[in-house]
Amino acid sequence: MAKTILAVDDSASIRQMVAFTLKGAGYEVIEAVDGQDALDKANAYKVNLVLTDINMPRMDGLKLLELLRKLSHYKAIPILMLTTESGDEMKAKGRAAGATGWLVKPFDPKRLLEVIGKVIG
Amino acid sequence: MSTDLEQFYEIFFEESSELLADMETCLLRLDVNSPDLEDLNAIFRAAHSIKGGAGTFGFTDMTETTHMLETLLDKLRKGELEVRSEMVDAFLKAGDVIKEQLAGHRGEGQADPAAAAAICEELKRLSDEVLVPPAIEIPIINTKTEIIPVENEVAVDEIRPVSMDDSSKLTYCIQFSNDGMSNATIENLFANLKQLGIVENNTPKNEKELCKLKLTTSNSEEDIWETLAFVVDPANLKIEVDSSDSAEVNVTETRISDATHANVESLVEEDVCATTPMPPAPGYGFFPGAPAAPKDIDDSEFNLNSPQQQSVGSNKNELQATSNKPSSKANTTTPANEASSIRVSVEKVDQMINLVGELVITQAMLAQTASQFDPVVFEKLHSGMNQLERNTRDLQESVMSIRMMPISFVFSRYPRVVRDLASKLNKRVELKTVGENTELDKSLIEKIADPLTHLVRNSLDHGIETPERRIAAGKVAQGTITLRAFHQGGSIVIEVSDDGAGLNRGKILAKARERGLPVHDGMTDQEVWLLIFEAGFSTAEAVTDVSGRGVGMDVVKRNIQSMGGRIDIESVFGVGTRISIRLPLTLAILDGLSVAVGDQMFIVPLNYITESLQPSAADIKTVSGHGRVVQVRGEYLPVIALHEVFNLRPNVTAVHEGILVILEAEGYKAALFVDDLVGQHQVVIKSLESNYRRVQGVSGATIMGDGKVALILDTAALVLSSKQEFV
Repeated sequence: MAKTILAVDDSASIRQMVAFTLKGAGYEVIEAVDGQDALDKANAYKVNLVLTDINMPRMDGLKLLELLRKLSHYKAIPILMLTTESGDEMKAKGRAAGATGWLVKPFDPKRLLEVIGKVIG
Repeated sequence: MSTDLEQFYEIFFEESSELLADMETCLLRLDVNSPDLEDLNAIFRAAHSIKGGAGTFGFTDMTETTHMLETLLDKLRKGELEVRSEMVDAFLKAGDVIKEQLAGHRGEGQADPAAAAAICEELKRLSDEVLVPPAIEIPIINTKTEIIPVENEVAVDEIRPVSMDDSSKLTYCIQFSNDGMSNATIENLFANLKQLGIVENNTPKNEKELCKLKLTTSNSEEDIWETLAFVVDPANLKIEVDSSDSAEVNVTETRISDATHANVESLVEEDVCATTPMPPAPGYGFFPGAPAAPKDIDDSEFNLNSPQQQSVGSNKNELQATSNKPSSKANTTTPANEASSIRVSVEKVDQMINLVGELVITQAMLAQTASQFDPVVFEKLHSGMNQLERNTRDLQESVMSIRMMPISFVFSRYPRVVRDLASKLNKRVELKTVGENTELDKSLIEKIADPLTHLVRNSLDHGIETPERRIAAGKVAQGTITLRAFHQGGSIVIEVSDDGAGLNRGKILAKARERGLPVHDGMTDQEVWLLIFEAGFSTAEAVTDVSGRGVGMDVVKRNIQSMGGRIDIESVFGVGTRISIRLPLTLAILDGLSVAVGDQMFIVPLNYITESLQPSAADIKTVSGHGRVVQVRGEYLPVIALHEVFNLRPNVTAVHEGILVILEAEGYKAALFVDDLVGQHQVVIKSLESNYRRVQGVSGATIMGDGKVALILDTAALVLSSKQEFV
């Protein structure tokens, strides 16, 4: 069965680009527009990987990470942060919140698939 | 798999335009003295999102500008700098530049690189103003590494000049034990360090357990420490300032030993033995020991460094309790928040409206045919027809509502217009908007923007006085312009009102005489105010570049009329002016009164009709050479006989045997003489011009229920032609 990925980003263009790329590679994709939306959907669908932006309205990616890791299904699921902030401060925060890894924006579709392949390939 | 990023451009453009508009709204709302953190965050987020998208889709010029914007905004929201109005100006200007760049990429015009460079320079100057601790430079360096994955050399080159000057850089010697670390982990670590500055690998070739590095960076030692502490056991880590920077050494050494509680070995590897070039930063990475991290970097030793693992374990009970809550909530939430709106091209919507229009006509025809059948025998047919009528009406309403947009789309641009113009004219003006959610047809939204802009500018330039004059007149120094929109009947009314000087009757009359217009002192105020809509009319004493050339008010009026609307002025000298525009809600459907002349049917738009009456023969007078007039409540109105206009054979020729429909357009009244009133309908407007040709006195056509074509009268033209006969 195809693996399901939850793609979280408040920017529709990035979200669609990610979804398009991942779907093209045979993944199922569920999109969420912010942390809150993602949390609801993460509960509704048990996804195999979460790819989240950090800076978002309503609930940011760090808070989402933190809350996801508290859910039994998401304790050991790869969660990647998708962020323009490649600074170490952000990485430290991401790590503390439970991120599996990070991917710096901007990225191209090839790189996205490469990273995803490494964690759930 | 090849992904064509171009297919996402359009979404990105739309999204960026919206973000820019949001950003501007927030900026204009921002109170410089006590900025709202939420607003600052929202502005930052907008800039950030645009930058992210621009980077992804390769619009490097936008990336740069938004990056500078973001850097300054970040400092503001973190409280490192104070917001000043100068910055707000710069932000607005940057927004304009980005808008231009966006338009450039859309293929609409050309962005000016000089303007972009200028605004970047200014933003940089603003964000550099305060003595910034070195850590703040991080974002700038990051950009460099962020851009690399897009493989865009231009961007890298262009951004490089903004990185910090070399004098603030220090070279650190870093030494740590790599015992038990996989190659991937070390590579990762190098990649992270490379984001801080220039890394040299000084590890001797035969050295298995120690890693020795040199890092030249402007970042503080803490930053390096943080980066490495993820991966390396702090007990085995040493960081020193390179001994060549002797002045700093002592300080650094003590700090390190404090931090590590470890013996500091002397680390003097002056001769650089092997300088291995590092692979470029991959743009991604994994945290060793993090949940679900790839195996090749996972290393049990580092689990100790992962506080998150422990906290998950220790909070188990509490977590399970919380995990139940959201999941029960998820069942009630529809899993499609982002599906709450979709983008559809206007053509598709128009096509749909057209088809629904056809459907309405077909339904009306069917209904007419069905009405000939016996309702008892064909009961089912009749109830079916009723249902069809209801459904058609509902469908029509909902399809029409798709085109409706809130007037806020237009109103939202005026805070900026007012702000810019007020500062230019040294006036203090507050803009209030009321009823932004009032909906209006999209095509009208687009058309109303320009005339409304003109009126707002006019109010500001001619209406609102300078603060000194206002105070002298006993008013508050700050003037107010109010934009108001509301529905009234089948129309939308948009008002532009100001509490300024008001129109000067004497001045307008004098000016009109000077221009040779037919005026007299007995004219009503209403008539006098309408003079300002005459072409080339301006009472402004000084012609400014804002307004006063008199080009415009006549154009405004013409535009409004072409939309089927009308414009009214109310003004009290010294108190203020209110200009109201009344528009039909939509251009596709019209409320009309159908009137019969002979065997023909005509539609008179309802909003021009004031009343209908059957006159007594005594009220009709004939003016020799000018046709007939009718006396209605003491007023004499010209009679327009519709059968004469269209050369038809009427059923009645004597005016008192037929019906007079009193029309009012542009302040003039006339009585339309018809045989009979047939009924009131909502009619779907079909253009006569595109199907046949333009006909004098007719604005369009519609198809009636019986399948016949009825012409829609151009009421304003008819009234005006009658006026000319009598002047």
